[in-house]
Amino acid sequence: MDFELNEDQIAFADMARSFAQKELEPHAAMWDEEQIFPVDTLKKAGELGFCGLYASEDVGGLGLSRLDASIIFEELAMGCTSTTAYITIHNMSTWMIAEFGNSDTRMDWCPKLTAGEQFASYCLTEPNAGSDAASLKTTARRDGDGYVINGSKIFISGAGSTDVLVVMARTGEAGAKGISAFVVDAKLPGISYGRKEQKMGWNSQPTRMITFDDVRVPASAILGAEGDGFKIAMKGLDGGRINIGACSIGTAQAALQRARDYMLDRSQFGKTLSNFQALQFKIADMTTQLVAARQMIRMAASRLDAGHPDRTVYCAMAKQFATDAGYNIADEALQIFGGNGYIKEYPMERYLRDNRVHRILEGTNEIMRLIIARRALMQDCAKIL
Amino acid sequence: MKALVAVKRVIDYNVKVRVKADNSDVDLANTKMSINPFCEIAVEEAVRLKEAGVVSEIVVVSIGDKSCQEQMRYAMALGADRGVQVEAEGKLNSLDVARILAKVNESENAGIFILGKQAIDSDNNQTGQMLAALLDVPQATFASEVKIADGKAQVTREVDGGLVTVEMDLPAVITTDLRLNEPRFAALPKIMQAKRKPLDVKTLADLGVELTNSVELISVETPAERSGGIKVDSVDALIDKLRNEAQVI
Repeated sequence: MDFELNEDQIAFADMARSFAQKELEPHAAMWDEEQIFPVDTLKKAGELGFCGLYASEDVGGLGLSRLDASIIFEELAMGCTSTTAYITIHNMSTWMIAEFGNSDTRMDWCPKLTAGEQFASYCLTEPNAGSDAASLKTTARRDGDGYVINGSKIFISGAGSTDVLVVMARTGEAGAKGISAFVVDAKLPGISYGRKEQKMGWNSQPTRMITFDDVRVPASAILGAEGDGFKIAMKGLDGGRINIGACSIGTAQAALQRARDYMLDRSQFGKTLSNFQALQFKIADMTTQLVAARQMIRMAASRLDAGHPDRTVYCAMAKQFATDAGYNIADEALQIFGGNGYIKEYPMERYLRDNRVHRILEGTNEIMRLIIARRALMQDCAKIL
Repeated sequence: MKALVAVKRVIDYNVKVRVKADNSDVDLANTKMSINPFCEIAVEEAVRLKEAGVVSEIVVVSIGDKSCQEQMRYAMALGADRGVQVEAEGKLNSLDVARILAKVNESENAGIFILGKQAIDSDNNQTGQMLAALLDVPQATFASEVKIADGKAQVTREVDGGLVTVEMDLPAVITTDLRLNEPRFAALPKIMQAKRKPLDVKTLADLGVELTNSVELISVETPAERSGGIKVDSVDALIDKLRNEAQVI
């Protein structure tokens, strides 16, 4: 067993860090303040390979492992949490199309998506189907040689600025088994976008409601077979949860680094903050939490890569632990900055705002506990070790 | 035309350097190591010359233990075609490095040598110059612009008084200054491809080089702490201090 990064992972991480420092971090505050979706930067990220990290190579992806991707996302998130989070959603959606699309759909969309020339959104949540995602009401009715989609999706990242939507819609009975997944051109007639939501964080990506009014797609737009949609959505989310956890720890790492530097610099009562044991303990706890969270994410990623039977449970544990820890570390780092942490001159409050939503999306941390508890209490099965 | 580019593994420029307690050297334990930034600029310039059709092959050379392969792979991810690592232990002085590079060139016959003007660890700024002397070829140091045409290199150099442009026949040695170019990011697929590019390992014995070890590192000291400044109340007082205390006018 080896906990060290391999040669490739070190090189990927170095490059991602360099990109984050030069292309993300200097603009992150402005993107947040002015709510700018940095398309040009995303395209640059695409040229460097960040838009198709784990999509397969035959459609222009790099075919990297989820573990490799999590290491890269963590580095990127140190520069801009919100932009990196969008990149992870794009990677997840691109992977879903590459993995479950038929050959035409894959070749129509994936080469441009993996190159970062076009962008994708993931559409699962509805106004009345959040945590209870399997109760979704959007329908895809079979009509001649295609499907007609009707319904609405909310909280869609990138909506209005992306080119393709991965949409979960009902094609059959109530419940999870009646759901299918579709690849939908974002500009099709009948699709309309709601106003841009005003959010606490994640401001460098637009979030909108999408309404589908008799949107016609060809039968080939389906991912997998009819009724596979919910399974596909959940498979996407296993990786999505690792990605979001990685965004949390990258952000927490940036916050921790700044808090540490501040403690060494700032003096009160005649000595630097680093001399106060109350704050020393704080920084020790933050560091320990961060390292623990990082190991959880990497273990879950590696189990997802290995196809471990309990991968979903490990992804859920890692997501819940890392996003809670990431938020707490950002909060404590802000506290160390005192009043300076609360003003926008410093990035501390942005770290906190951006990390907050990670405890809600890709399945709330309460739903994560549900997944974990269901498995932990399962009878007549192997123990979780 | 073949380009030979030397790269050095050095302490990362972002790292705050610590001196070992016994003053024997800088402490490299647990520190991040990277390609010397001037060497990175040299690689980038070679890649641009290749993209412009001037250079046909880029050979990157590094001298050190196995760990310097990391920086050679990085250079290959930027666009170098293959690598030659010369195995050597410990600290090498500039003359030994130049002699090794000259020996490597006996089998490479490069048409242009691009090196960083100096490495940010020991700041010697002499390897390129020594290499030019050993090879008996022209040199242009501190390059901020390089143009190659008709077997000649026109190089704009950064000097104390501004810029000076020289023209020289090839083969020649060019050392890079900070403003020559801004190195690209190594794209992830190129990082992956770089692993498959050829990297030959040679020993000093293979090359028939014996180290002179003519420079001995005696002691490394932390720079003196800066003492706080003072405010003067008049121009006359300022001039007096500059003349009599700082002795700069």
